[in-house]
Amino acid sequence: MSFINYSSREINCKIVYYGPGLCGKTTNLQWIYAKTNPDLKGKMISLATETERTLFFDFLPLSLGQIRGFKTRFHLYTVPGQVFYDASRKLILKGVDGVIFVADSQIERMEANLESMDNLRINLKDQGYELEKVPFVIQFNKRDLPNAAPLDELRRALNPLGVPDFEASAHNGSGVFETLKHVAKLVLSDLKRLGR
Amino acid sequence: MDSQMVMYEEDHKKILVVIGRLVREANAKGIFVVDRNGQLIAEAGEVRGIDTTSLASLTAGSIAATGGLAKIIGEQDFPVHFHQGLKDSLHITMVAGRWILVVIFDERSSLGLVRLRVKKAGADMSKIFEDLAKKADAEAASGTSPFAEITDDDIDNLFND
Repeated sequence: MSFINYSSREINCKIVYYGPGLCGKTTNLQWIYAKTNPDLKGKMISLATETERTLFFDFLPLSLGQIRGFKTRFHLYTVPGQVFYDASRKLILKGVDGVIFVADSQIERMEANLESMDNLRINLKDQGYELEKVPFVIQFNKRDLPNAAPLDELRRALNPLGVPDFEASAHNGSGVFETLKHVAKLVLSDLKRLGR
Repeated sequence: MDSQMVMYEEDHKKILVVIGRLVREANAKGIFVVDRNGQLIAEAGEVRGIDTTSLASLTAGSIAATGGLAKIIGEQDFPVHFHQGLKDSLHITMVAGRWILVVIFDERSSLGLVRLRVKKAGADMSKIFEDLAKKADAEAASGTSPFAEITDDDIDNLFND
């Protein structure tokens, strides 16, 4: 749910990175944080366990520039990917404007990807959203690994809707900004549509 | 699903009046109003040096987590939270179900005084938020959002590196 603030001339949108444990959601945010001009970003918050697994969420506020005199700000969140943190994932999806599903391309993670995608659909529904109607893109991460599944196989399994998808290797930044930019565009286009 | 949230200048000013008064009457250090989804709405008092965006996001996360705990034990919500620190403490209250009022105070005030003053301010704010919701619904129905006019070029221009 975007927030239009006429007083500060700001529009705020919430984007959530979803996906199975260890797929690279936090790595996406870390790369964005590392490569963004300090004037355009706030502090990155990571609520993580001692072993650096996401416990509740990571959060990164990002400014993109102005549209029609309104500053556009995106709040990026990740969910904890591990299956047993489902209650936390539900909470983080509240008020979401756009979703990036980060899939782990490794063949042995296919089942975890599918399970997480189902979980996303269910948790969105709990919040009154339908995956088909939310600005949504998929990132196939870890493309650089030797055990990565072929792209068409991943698409067949995870992207039957044919939403925009991107190949990435978040640890070296490839595909990270492309994915973010695309979902941000979809969110803003959605805002335009809703404004009519 | 929540509707889109809008804040107008005149309502923002009304909120600032209420929290400005609350700072004085509760002897508080600083006050923040945050939306349940983690957006900062307004602030008053000594707030310099505080990372307000992080504060808003973490407050919303904390409220969401304790709200989840409440439901597990059969409660609707825990509407009041108090975190006591060595020097500074936080008093957090839900207002009108969707807004969060955060009061930071130190030894110049007391929990009792803060609670008393927050009660009155919360009631005043509820009224403002009710009016705001009606206004936002009316605007949504009439389709006068400033974003109806944005073009694809406007959006593309944001991403020109």
